[in-house]
Amino acid sequence: MANAEHLKIVALVSVGQHPKSGRARRAEQDARAVELGLNLCGEKVQVLHAGDVAEESLRSYAGMGLKQLRVLQQAAGADASVALGDYLSEHLPDIVLTGVRAESGESSGMTPYLLAEKLGWPLVTRIADIARIENGEAEILQALPRGQRRAIRVRLPFVASVDNAAAAPRQSAYGPGRRAELENLPWVETADEVRAAFEEAPARKRPKRLKMVKAKTAAERFKAATAKSQGGGGRVIKDQPPHEQAQAIFDLLLEEGVLR
Amino acid sequence: MILDWLLPVLLLSVLALALIGAIRRISLWRAGQPSPVDFFGGLKAMPRRYLVDLHHVVERDKYMSNTHVATAGGFVLSLVLIILVHLFGIESKWLAWPLLASSVLMFVGATFVYKRRKNPPSRLSKGPWMRLPKSLLVFSVTFFLVTLPAAGVLPQGFGGWVLALILAAGVVWGLGEMVFGMTWGGPMKHAFAGALHLAFHRRPERFGGGRSTGLKPVDLDAPVLGVQKPSDFKWNQLLGFDACVQCGKCEAMCPAFAAGQPLNPKKLIQDMVIGLAGGTDAKFAGSPYPGIELGNAKGGPDSTITEGLVNPDTLWSCTTCRACVEECPMMIEHVDAIVDMRRFLTLEKGNTPGKGAETLDNLIATDNPNGYEPGSRMNWAADQNLRVMSEVKEADVLFWVSDGAFDMRSQRILRSFVKLLKAANVDFAVLGDEERDSGDVARRLGDDATFQSLAKRNIAVMNKYRFKRIVTTDPHAFHVLKNEYKDFGGDYEVLHHTTFINELVKDGRIKLGGHKGGTVTYHDPCYLGRYNGEYDSPRELLSAMGIQLAEMERSGFRSRCCGGGGGAPITDIPGERRIADMRIEDARATGAELVAVGCQQCTAMLEGVVEPRPEIKDIAELAADALVEADDSQPARTRRDELAVEVA
Repeated sequence: MANAEHLKIVALVSVGQHPKSGRARRAEQDARAVELGLNLCGEKVQVLHAGDVAEESLRSYAGMGLKQLRVLQQAAGADASVALGDYLSEHLPDIVLTGVRAESGESSGMTPYLLAEKLGWPLVTRIADIARIENGEAEILQALPRGQRRAIRVRLPFVASVDNAAAAPRQSAYGPGRRAELENLPWVETADEVRAAFEEAPARKRPKRLKMVKAKTAAERFKAATAKSQGGGGRVIKDQPPHEQAQAIFDLLLEEGVLR
Repeated sequence: MILDWLLPVLLLSVLALALIGAIRRISLWRAGQPSPVDFFGGLKAMPRRYLVDLHHVVERDKYMSNTHVATAGGFVLSLVLIILVHLFGIESKWLAWPLLASSVLMFVGATFVYKRRKNPPSRLSKGPWMRLPKSLLVFSVTFFLVTLPAAGVLPQGFGGWVLALILAAGVVWGLGEMVFGMTWGGPMKHAFAGALHLAFHRRPERFGGGRSTGLKPVDLDAPVLGVQKPSDFKWNQLLGFDACVQCGKCEAMCPAFAAGQPLNPKKLIQDMVIGLAGGTDAKFAGSPYPGIELGNAKGGPDSTITEGLVNPDTLWSCTTCRACVEECPMMIEHVDAIVDMRRFLTLEKGNTPGKGAETLDNLIATDNPNGYEPGSRMNWAADQNLRVMSEVKEADVLFWVSDGAFDMRSQRILRSFVKLLKAANVDFAVLGDEERDSGDVARRLGDDATFQSLAKRNIAVMNKYRFKRIVTTDPHAFHVLKNEYKDFGGDYEVLHHTTFINELVKDGRIKLGGHKGGTVTYHDPCYLGRYNGEYDSPRELLSAMGIQLAEMERSGFRSRCCGGGGGAPITDIPGERRIADMRIEDARATGAELVAVGCQQCTAMLEGVVEPRPEIKDIAELAADALVEADDSQPARTRRDELAVEVA
């Protein structure tokens, strides 16, 4: 693992929600962020939550072997990203790890972007691992579809959102989870006005399109399940001069109606 | 004559040394955690426990039981008389002659011990245990000869100083092994620790024909959950480990050992002894854990067991089938110890192997081990028109469906059972979506927190409703509901479905026709048989269907586990063979074409064996197939037909 014992790493955690039962739980991506943090700098990783300290599911993060978990006290309607942003710009860690998107609440996936913007730091999305940290520069593996990885170099400090492709979080143990200290920090609350205007309703189940199974044999089914989907449009522009590449992008944006 | 003054001196010093050893040994046990026992009651009950309860277990092996009665009886009697005759110097033929007789008795016993040790089976430990028959012989012969003058058979001073020296050496050897060794860790330690273990057993309910198989709850507020170090065991558990005679009956019965998984119950108990006394396993003279070399294990009362003494895989190999406990002539509780150590690994270390963590997470989030939607628990019964407790509030019988509701194979068992219940017009209802996993798997994986949470919520739900009895098709739920919910305020009359169906048949509420098909054998589920003593109902029920069972060699209390208990399929510790394959081999040996089972877990495990193999069917399925439907069930059926009239 990367040599990062001396770094200040903060993993942000939210309250997850089980897809089947709807119960509060350890969020999968956030837990991976904690796991990555633990692997980088052990118990020194600072795990941070903005919300209610009495939330039981926070104990399941603590059960991963944390001595302490810090909670910025926030009411239900408050904008967590503001509180987190203020806290982080005050404490200035080296790395901030988040999940890609929360399992409950707005689940917009905006938190890492808003934090990076506020701190003025680079944001690396959907990372699978941090391979090395040397001379203030981190070598990161970014997760791409189909198990592909992209190596990225980024200067500290930075914000990274952790993808499901990262190492699975360790088992949460009940005993240490009970005993960990949940430190409650009263913090300024900013009401989330946009959110307040939202109306929440259970999602309507959309009818699924029936799939015609064309495959007759197991071999065909296997092929259908494993073959790369053939992207219809698109073309690879690699060796053309830059202005031609830019032109191609510009044309595409016009075509898609992004630019008018 | 040298012996005249030497013998009392030797006796006195050996007894004194033995006393010091005893105090030292007791202090080792007292390093354990407090566990309340009935001190005087236990001591008072000890002779009976030894002579009756323990003897029942030993008697399964007639050779050994007779041998032990002669040897131990002869020895105890001899020792008492030796003290009277040779230490206190009471000169009486009424003592000397009985002493001669008892030493002869002991000699006879010892010759049989010697015979057995000439070519010992692999389950027996060698090492110092090979010395024991010689020591027994020396002891009995020496004291026979020494007592001859006192009995007036030989003149005083017979044989001169040569014989006297030889006899003195014999006295030293004999007393050294039999008295000094008893408290200083020789093979005879089993007599000292064993007697006290019987007196202060942690499950005194087991004596006098009783049964105590439910696991003890964990105090979730304790500073360390589960057993980390040997000193975290209760003191009488430590005492129990020390009572082991290394006979290896557990080893011979252990399914995990036979499958080549790294578990040997005998070695595990010996490792616990190493743990409580400190040392290494280099001198262990029995079979090692399969695949793990001897000599590398090191431990002490205050060092973490799973770091150096016992490999966690050893603990996770256990299927909690209780075959070792059932077999142990010393009534040692192997399964309690294993689960205690698992609790530490799961609750403190977060180190449950295989799919353990996932299963526990699912149980926490969805109340079932596979993470299915909790609201889909009744989907299996969509066409069954079952009454749900939340609507009816009251029924004679609460049918505990168990997690079999989510499994398509188990659903066939559930449907069969419902068919029988309906045919017998039983007033029954189910909990529906209010039911949760019983907590069996969580508890046996060491997660007592999740078990307790599930148990408390299940009890709260059940206490809302009124019913007389609970019936379930799952022996694991059966055991947990019946024996382990009591600690949390849930005291119910629980029946296994085979017991209940058998009752229905006996009361004439359902009629079963004959079973058609070939030879049938019956596999006793561990949690029904060994855990709860129900061996007869399934057999009676099968014979009511006209089935003549071809019993497997290992059936009844010696039934071999299917490999599915204790979360073993979840932790999935690799071995050389699969336990289920061995069990099907047992069934094949009877020539059976069908294995009748009373457990969905066993069904799944045994059906997982590659064909060709005997067919596997639950007794509920067999009974439902053999059900003779009476005429008066006809109206009910037509009514149901009317529900489905065509409307357009």
